[in-house]
Amino acid sequence: MSQRSFALACLAPLVVLTVAFFVLPMARLVVVGAEGPQGVAGYLAIVLEPRYRATLINTVVLASATTVATLVIATIAAIFLQRHRFPGRAVLVAMLTFPLAFPGVVIGFLIILLAGRQGLIGDVTRLLGGGKVVFAYSIWGLFLGYLYFSIPRVILTIMAAVQKLDPGLEEAARSLGASPWAVQRDVVLPALGPAFVASGAIAFATAMGAFGTAFTLATNIDVLPMLIYTEFTLAANFATAASLSVGLGLISWAMLALARSLSGGTVAATG
Amino acid sequence: MRDRLIFTGQLLFTLLVAAFLVVPALLSITAGVTVNYFRGISSGVTLQWVVQVWELYADTILLSFVIAFATLAVTLLVGVPAAYALHVRGGRLSRLIEEIITLPLAIPGLAIALALLLTYGGFGTFRRSWLFILAGHVVFTMPFMVRSVMAVFATIDIRTLDEGAASLGASPWRRFVDVIVPNARPGILAGSLMVVTLSLGEFNLTWMLHTPLTKTLPVGLADAYASMRLEVASAYTLIFFIMIVPLLVAMQLLAEREPKS
Repeated sequence: MSQRSFALACLAPLVVLTVAFFVLPMARLVVVGAEGPQGVAGYLAIVLEPRYRATLINTVVLASATTVATLVIATIAAIFLQRHRFPGRAVLVAMLTFPLAFPGVVIGFLIILLAGRQGLIGDVTRLLGGGKVVFAYSIWGLFLGYLYFSIPRVILTIMAAVQKLDPGLEEAARSLGASPWAVQRDVVLPALGPAFVASGAIAFATAMGAFGTAFTLATNIDVLPMLIYTEFTLAANFATAASLSVGLGLISWAMLALARSLSGGTVAATG
Repeated sequence: MRDRLIFTGQLLFTLLVAAFLVVPALLSITAGVTVNYFRGISSGVTLQWVVQVWELYADTILLSFVIAFATLAVTLLVGVPAAYALHVRGGRLSRLIEEIITLPLAIPGLAIALALLLTYGGFGTFRRSWLFILAGHVVFTMPFMVRSVMAVFATIDIRTLDEGAASLGASPWRRFVDVIVPNARPGILAGSLMVVTLSLGEFNLTWMLHTPLTKTLPVGLADAYASMRLEVASAYTLIFFIMIVPLLVAMQLLAEREPKS
C-alpha cells in the first residue's frame, strides 16, 4: 500500500463518521428550520416575533454580563496568582480550575445549594437578621451559575497571558514615575487585550448556549436554550426549534471563531 | 506597608473566588452524607442516601461507563489514525476536515442533539439503543482526541521519523504501529482523559437523545434534582464527583508535566 492510499485509509473512517453524524444532521437542521408555516422567513422570527426577540435580548444581556464579570474576577485573581509565590498557591490554582469539567446540571444544583430554599446564603442572611435570601431560581441564580461555569475556563487563559507579559515593561513604566494604578491601566491591561477578547468570546458563547444550568435553574426565566427545548419537546414545534438552534449555533460559532483567530486555542462551549 | 495591603486584598479576593467554586461542592458532599440536611450535620452522618441512589440509579452509572469507554474506543480507533493522516497530508483539504470536525465545539450541544433527532429519530432501533447517545458523544469528543494527538505531532518531527522508517523498508502499517503511535502517546493519553471525562459528564446532548431505557448518570442527576429530596440529589452528585474528580486530577497532573499542551 502506498503512502498516499494509507493516509486516505486512515482518514476515511473519520470522514464517514463526521458526515453521517454531524454534517448531514446539521444540514437537515437547517432544512427543517425552513419547513415551518412561514418557510425560510421562519429564520427571521427570532428577531421579529416579540416573544422570541425578548428571549434573545435576555440571553444576550445575561451572557454579556457573565462575560464582563468573569473577565474582571479572573483578571484580578490571575494577576495575583502569577505575580506571587506563596505556600498553598498550587492548591489555590487547582481549586480555581477544577470545576472545568463539571456539567451544567451539576453547577445548577451547586447554585441551589448556595442560593436555593435550603441554601447557604439564605441561612447566612437569616442569621444576620436580613431575612432568608433565595435567588437560585431567578436570573441572578442563572448569572451565578454561568459565572461558576466560566471562571475556570477564563482564568486559565488569562493566567497564561499574564505569564507571557514582560515584567521589564512594568519596571520601565514605574521607573518613569507611573503610579501602580497607571502601570496596570496603561501597560498591563492593554497587553492582556487579546487574551480578554479570546476568553471573553468563549465565556459569551458558553453562556449563550448553556443548557444544563438553565435546565436546572430556569423554571421561570426565558433564555434561548430553554426556549428551544420547550418549543421542541413541549410544543413539538420542530421548525421553530430548528431555526432557533441554527441561530444560536451561528452566534456561538461566530464568537468562538473570533476567539480562535485571536488566540489560536479552542475550548469547548458546553453547558 | 502599601504593598502588604494590596497583597492581602488580592489574596482575600482570590480566596473568595476559590470559596465560591469549592464551597458549594463541599456543601453537596456534606449534604449527601447527612441524615437530615435541614437540621444540619448534627443530625448525624449516614450512607443511606448513597445506598438509596445506588439502588435507584446503578444502571445509569453503568451505562455512563459503557458509553464513555465505547466513545473512547471509537475516538482512539478513528481519531488517532486520522490525526496522523491530517498531519502528514497537510494541505487545504486536511485543514477543511479539521475545521469541520472542530465545529461541534462551537455549536451548542442542544443544536447538535436536535439535528441528530431530526435526522435519525425515525430509525426506531437505532433511536432506542444507547448507540444513538454514543454517536452524539463521538461527534462531541472527537476533536479533543484529534487535536490532542496533532498537538504532539506538531512538537516532534514526526515526518522525518516516518520517512526514516520508510527508508528502512517499513510498511505504512508497521510505521504507524511502531513509530507513530508510540511517539503520539502523550497526546493519546491527554486526549483519552479528556474524552472519558467529557463523555461521563455530558448532559446537553444526552438529555435530548436519551430514552427511558437509556439514561446516563448526568440524565439521572437532572431527574434527581427535579424530583428527589436534597440529600438524595446530593448523594448522587457525590457519586458523580467520586467518578470525575480522579480524572480531573489526572488531567491537571498531566498538564503540569507538559506546560505547552
